[in-house]
Amino acid sequence: MNEPATVRDEDERLARERRKIARDGPKLNGAKLEARLGQTWRRPPGILGWLATVDHKEIGRRYIITALLFLAAGGVLALLMRLQLARPDNNLIGAQRYNELFTMHGSTMMFLFAVPVMEGVAVYIIPLMVGTRSTAFPRLNAFSYYMYLFGGLMLWIAFALNIGPDIGWFAYTPLSGPQFSPGKRADIWAQMITFTEVAALAAAVVLFCTILKTRAPGMTLARMPLFAWAMLVVAVMIIFSMPSVALASSMLISDRLVGTQFYNSFEHGDALLWQHLFWFFGHPEVYIIFLPATGFVSVITETFCRRPIFAYPIVVLSLVSTGILAFGLWVHHMFATGLPRVGYSFYTAASMTVAIPTALQIFCWLATMWDGRPRLAVPMLYVIGFIVTFVIGGLTGVIIASVPLDLELHDTYFIVAHFHYVLIGGAVFPLLGIITYWYPKITGRMMSERLGKIDFWMIFLGFQLAFFPMHFAGLLGMPRRVYTYPAGLGLELPNLLSTIGAFVVASAVLLFVVNGIVSLYRGAVATANPWGAASLEWATSSPPPVYNFAHIPVVESRTPLWDMVGELPVVTGLRVDDKEMLLTTVVAATPDVREPVPEPSLWPFIASVAVGIFFISSIFSPWAVVFGAIPSAIALIAWFWPKEIKRHPEPVIS
Amino acid sequence: MRRRAGALVALLPLLGACSYQHYQSAFGNAAVEARQFNILFVIFLVVCATMYLAVIGFLIAGLMRRRRTGNANVIEDRRHHESDPLMRSGLIGWAALVGSGLVALAIASFVADRSMAGAAAHEQLSITLTANQWWWDAQYNAADSSKTFHTANELHLPVGVPVRILLNSNDVIHSFWVPSLAGKQDLIPGRQNDISITPRKVGLFRGQCAEFCGAQHAHMALVVEVESYADFLKWWRHQLQPAPSPATPLALAGYNFVTGRNCSACHAIGGTPAGGTVGPDLTHFASRRSIAAGTMAMSTGNLYGWVADPQALKPGTKMPTIGLEPDQLHAVVAYLETLQ
Repeated sequence: MNEPATVRDEDERLARERRKIARDGPKLNGAKLEARLGQTWRRPPGILGWLATVDHKEIGRRYIITALLFLAAGGVLALLMRLQLARPDNNLIGAQRYNELFTMHGSTMMFLFAVPVMEGVAVYIIPLMVGTRSTAFPRLNAFSYYMYLFGGLMLWIAFALNIGPDIGWFAYTPLSGPQFSPGKRADIWAQMITFTEVAALAAAVVLFCTILKTRAPGMTLARMPLFAWAMLVVAVMIIFSMPSVALASSMLISDRLVGTQFYNSFEHGDALLWQHLFWFFGHPEVYIIFLPATGFVSVITETFCRRPIFAYPIVVLSLVSTGILAFGLWVHHMFATGLPRVGYSFYTAASMTVAIPTALQIFCWLATMWDGRPRLAVPMLYVIGFIVTFVIGGLTGVIIASVPLDLELHDTYFIVAHFHYVLIGGAVFPLLGIITYWYPKITGRMMSERLGKIDFWMIFLGFQLAFFPMHFAGLLGMPRRVYTYPAGLGLELPNLLSTIGAFVVASAVLLFVVNGIVSLYRGAVATANPWGAASLEWATSSPPPVYNFAHIPVVESRTPLWDMVGELPVVTGLRVDDKEMLLTTVVAATPDVREPVPEPSLWPFIASVAVGIFFISSIFSPWAVVFGAIPSAIALIAWFWPKEIKRHPEPVIS
Repeated sequence: MRRRAGALVALLPLLGACSYQHYQSAFGNAAVEARQFNILFVIFLVVCATMYLAVIGFLIAGLMRRRRTGNANVIEDRRHHESDPLMRSGLIGWAALVGSGLVALAIASFVADRSMAGAAAHEQLSITLTANQWWWDAQYNAADSSKTFHTANELHLPVGVPVRILLNSNDVIHSFWVPSLAGKQDLIPGRQNDISITPRKVGLFRGQCAEFCGAQHAHMALVVEVESYADFLKWWRHQLQPAPSPATPLALAGYNFVTGRNCSACHAIGGTPAGGTVGPDLTHFASRRSIAAGTMAMSTGNLYGWVADPQALKPGTKMPTIGLEPDQLHAVVAYLETLQ
């Protein structure tokens, strides 16, 4: 125990210095604490500050708004297509333009709306939900948003310049290859994929680490909100599935740009290779969109039924098993390609198996309603609409899992009906519900309940009118992706109904937007917890301050705000003179270390511009891969340049 | 079981399909394969509809049982962690029900698949169908190569005879689909697929490409005429004949034009010097029901329009608009109409 005097002196000196640091606690709380935290966490002013921000709430908001704008743009394309298909042998939009429309519609909805909007919501709400001050890697988060934005802009600017892709959102080779798609349309598509992959992978890493390492003390894995569980599974799925399409699209680009022959069967490549790689990503992609929505449903059901979700472990296991099974289904997109038939049976069985976890989740939500006392507020209406609609899509999914049935139904409007039931019913309805639900948290005001109810019924009924007849159109022999169809096949009525329904949905979406904008100024001012919900995002003000929580909350149950007696328990001791967050252990969420939070920085923005120029110019010349890498490398080096360490890392308990 | 299943289908508005004579419908039932589809589809539909009703029933019961009105967000007596014991057994029952339902459906699907594969084993007629952007080349195979012939965009099949169609593609991926007869099968460059069909009803059935294949994917149809064996043989023998010689001066002028330069580079006409293989075989062109893979019906007027300006009627088609003089146009159409 006889330490050298110098070491002991040094320890004492450090301890004295540490005592001088301002921290939140009994001596520093209330308005004084909030003012100091606000000062520490605020971002620099001006346009540069706006570009440099690393606040997850700002980035999340931008993500959500951008994704909703792409939704609107993709929706306009859908309306144009429905106009063209309203009657047989129509010549409103030519074949070439129509092919561009459905390519842009599919690509926009899948890559620029559905996945990013889920990531955006999660980036905004997850840190609040798990009770922390920031996401992990906030600069990576900013980089992710800019990459996504640039990829989306590139695609739409190309479309406006009439070099938009026309090869379908799935871009099957050899149609997308150099021989059958000369010009740059296919390259634009493939490079847009690269942008969104980088963005999605970055966001997935951010979310994965945020969920596992920044949860409030006491929020063990077994107490984590179900939305956080859903996003954890989704983050892992993105990390495993995106590399597959990254590989596929890079090989396509190199086939087109430098004359490799990966997909050219006339030169000993293989046209089907693309389909395997694409669907190995493409099928999990559907669950990447759907699982966050199940998280929304759990959140809404819990709040409006006043009950924690029934059989929480079953729901968690359902999420995890769906995430695993999703990787074993891709061949059911390829039942007509002539692979060995006995092998297909495996994928039939796997595709049916994935219905089991989903069926169990649905039972758990319904049992929660049964146990609880449901109130039919607008978000809850969307949950009901979700169940009524999504289950139809799930059951038609069971139908097309069967090989003999799929051979008739594959690539027909029956499939179009099926996946719109799954994606709109299964993901967009819960999304609209959760936007209504989290709107007061994000903006500080409530959306109009009356408009919301009208809106729900218009969207719900309009959707059924638009998509239910498509089942019949498919059974009557209408293939997908045809710009017109002949009269006399019985396709006139279902197509006309679909077109009318599409316009009902569009006007309802317009009404939703009006409600959102008007409520921003006229809506009732929201309290911190207007719905009386149980999770931590409601423990802070609406909208939350830039530092989220004045003190980090402590969690003792799955429904902390329902179980607290008096005040919510908190931990104290984080620095207030510097941005700092608390990291906890992965499973038990016991306090682990204090982690400095990066300051706002322009480098993520500059890096994304450099990488964007690199990606876009490599559409035109392979040399761009060499020269474009230089500014990207410089930007990344500057971003990661080691900072002067201002202080020693401190353990939590000193 | 089958009769009940049939009755159930009749109840559904799906049978609106009836009024279109199953020209292009998955309920056409016109071949053994399509019939298998119908039976299996009804089984799946009954099971899935039952499950759906169970979910909706539970949803309504759950919502109505203790519904709250008003805006109060109360927590009742801190008993929110409790749940009805009924739900616990319900969950187990539901899992068992869903699991066994899926197992039953998977078995039904597997049995149907095996039986279709078994029925495919004894083909008596072989056709090689090659897809092109955007038309179909059909070669009726025979052991004696002089009895092999090509036609395009139209198949004739004898009723009750199992036929095997070999599927190739010359360019991109297409998919062969005649809904009233059987499910689809892709035609993939560099691979050979096949599909077996045993027609069981005489009639005319339409099919079309079901895999997106470029600009004119919508106009890549074909018709299948299922006829009695005697009628089929008659057709088959006629197809083996070369094209008739032009009889009128106008048709002769057309013959000279067609076999001379522009047309014969791509099209073949049996018994003439025209031997191109890039476009459809025209030997019995005028006996077919449609022009340009179902783009329009075969008629003199449509033929004029097509020969004069194919790019206007099917933008992007590989057949160029070559700008015929009026007298050339009259002659070409007159000759083509003799190709019965």
